[in-house]
Amino acid sequence: MSRLVLDRLGRMYGRAAAVADVSLEIDDGELLVLLGPSGCGKTTTLRMVAGFVAASSGDIRLDGSSILALPPYRRDMGLVFQSYALFPHLSVARNVAFGLEMRGMRGPALAARVAEMLRLARLEPFAERLPRQLSGGQQQRVALARALAIRPRVLLLDEPLSNLDAALRGEVGRDIRLLQRESGLTTIMVTHDQDEAMAMADRLVVMRDGRVQQVGTQQDLYERPATPFVAGFIGRSTMLPGTRAEGGVFIADGAALRLAGRYGGNGAGTLALRPERLSLAAADAAGPGSVAGSVELASYLGAVREHVVRIGPTLRIVVRDSTAQGGGLLSAGTRVTVRWDQGAERLFDAADAPQPSLNPEPTDPRMTADD
Amino acid sequence: MPTDTALPEPFARLQRGLVATLVIIGAAIIGVPLLLTLYLSVFDESIIVFPPHGYTLHWYGRILPEFGGALRTSLETALAAVAISLLAGVPAGIGLARHRFRGRGTAAMLLLAPLTVPGIAIGLGIYVFAVMIEERTGTALSGSVGLMVAAHVLITLPWVVRLCLAALANHDPAAEEAAASLGAPPWRVIWRVTLPAMRGGIIAGALFAFIVSFENLEMTLFLTAPGVTTLPISVLQYLQYHIDPLVAAVAVVQVALVGGALLLLDRLVPVARVAA
Repeated sequence: MSRLVLDRLGRMYGRAAAVADVSLEIDDGELLVLLGPSGCGKTTTLRMVAGFVAASSGDIRLDGSSILALPPYRRDMGLVFQSYALFPHLSVARNVAFGLEMRGMRGPALAARVAEMLRLARLEPFAERLPRQLSGGQQQRVALARALAIRPRVLLLDEPLSNLDAALRGEVGRDIRLLQRESGLTTIMVTHDQDEAMAMADRLVVMRDGRVQQVGTQQDLYERPATPFVAGFIGRSTMLPGTRAEGGVFIADGAALRLAGRYGGNGAGTLALRPERLSLAAADAAGPGSVAGSVELASYLGAVREHVVRIGPTLRIVVRDSTAQGGGLLSAGTRVTVRWDQGAERLFDAADAPQPSLNPEPTDPRMTADD
Repeated sequence: MPTDTALPEPFARLQRGLVATLVIIGAAIIGVPLLLTLYLSVFDESIIVFPPHGYTLHWYGRILPEFGGALRTSLETALAAVAISLLAGVPAGIGLARHRFRGRGTAAMLLLAPLTVPGIAIGLGIYVFAVMIEERTGTALSGSVGLMVAAHVLITLPWVVRLCLAALANHDPAAEEAAASLGAPPWRVIWRVTLPAMRGGIIAGALFAFIVSFENLEMTLFLTAPGVTTLPISVLQYLQYHIDPLVAAVAVVQVALVGGALLLLDRLVPVARVAA
């Protein structure tokens, strides 16, 4: 029904580019999440799609035709804001009815559609309340029902969960996901929270400084980050800048790390290590995918334990592993070897391009634990 | 009140006592002159002597014959000034609060500036300006109702603009964007979302504007003419020749009118919140 294409979209503020050269295709019924730190251009991109910010360059096409010339009220976009943005003087039912009234709907048809939306959003008991008499989660469900009531061609979600407390976040997030799936709506969501993004998205777009860093599924971004930024932002890798030397060794701050994979070429680069895919072994357990160090800090976090291992004068690696095996905490100063396999590491060259391993890529990295 | 629980009992009692004393003193400063005025207004004397020979309400009956014309001018001027201030001030408030444009700071300053200029200076300025125009064009300006209303708009408009700005400062602009995304063209967004959100500010602005105009003395002094005299000026002129309970009766009526307006205002919108 609705296929949205952003074609080399750009927005300048003075001489600074808030958004540069963003090209994306959002399939019918897909939920695409724009993810990135504040100032990365994700909200500006969303506001260009909604029509509140004019594009400086590029095009936005909905089902093949450009919508750039349309004002916001002609774009048929359902918008949900971080601040809910409900009409404070109107009841819940009147809020939901607003867009339908703007389309000239009256009488029984209007009442039936409003009732249906209130039921879907589990808001029936609150129909006559004013927004300020509702909790944050309920208010956001009103905003969602109001946006969906008009059967928009595209649903735009601007940090919809950020104002909610942690317990409600999951609940409202599931509500949004279910309603979006049921109505098969093409959706763009903007967030800075990677957990939220991972939980909601069909595909994700990581943005930084107005540019797209990587587009892909959760697994693409986690297993095959395209840039050191993505590796650090998704799953919070430990990033080690250094130099690749002969014999599969990576030198960082004087420490020699033996890489698990085999890579061509030498020179400066960055090594990203996933804390949750590292393990601690005895001090003499060297081999591919290892580095020696000493425990500096250990914390028990419930499901996982976390060791900060110092491998160089200023370099530390975080090792996070499950407490299910009953391992206790190692005391500070213990000499250890940090071990990992190929799925835990990602090597980038000096130009931040990811280096493919020459080893055959394992289908599931966890199957190769004792490689 | 955290201070109540934080202080030891004797100090807390002392503090409560001090607060109560200050409240009583404050109320007395405001209330005693009012009560005295009310008391004087029922003296059955043609000059104010104490103690009076008797009490009467007949001064109230003489208000309309003596001050009816001035009261009418005052009300008409105030209502016209309020209407014009709303027509100009509400759109100005929306524009200043919701849009960024060249000259925005200057426009805001000019709209609010009359609040900071003494009424005497404004009145004198307008009077001199009107006379200069008269000399050049030959049209009668000074002493006209039109000039009076225009001058009052100058001092009422800042109140409307200011309270509209305050009302919009508390209102999330995202609600207007939501309305637009739901299909509302700009004028319907203003009508259905922005104006309802400003309701409190508009009502408060209108009432403040009315009171400011109705009570104004200093500026209006320069703008009156025979037949075009407001109530405060009229009372002042009367006082120059008579000191009798009639003036007290007029004051009581005026306080009642303004007080009524303020009470109404407080019922409709919490003033403290809107004006903050």
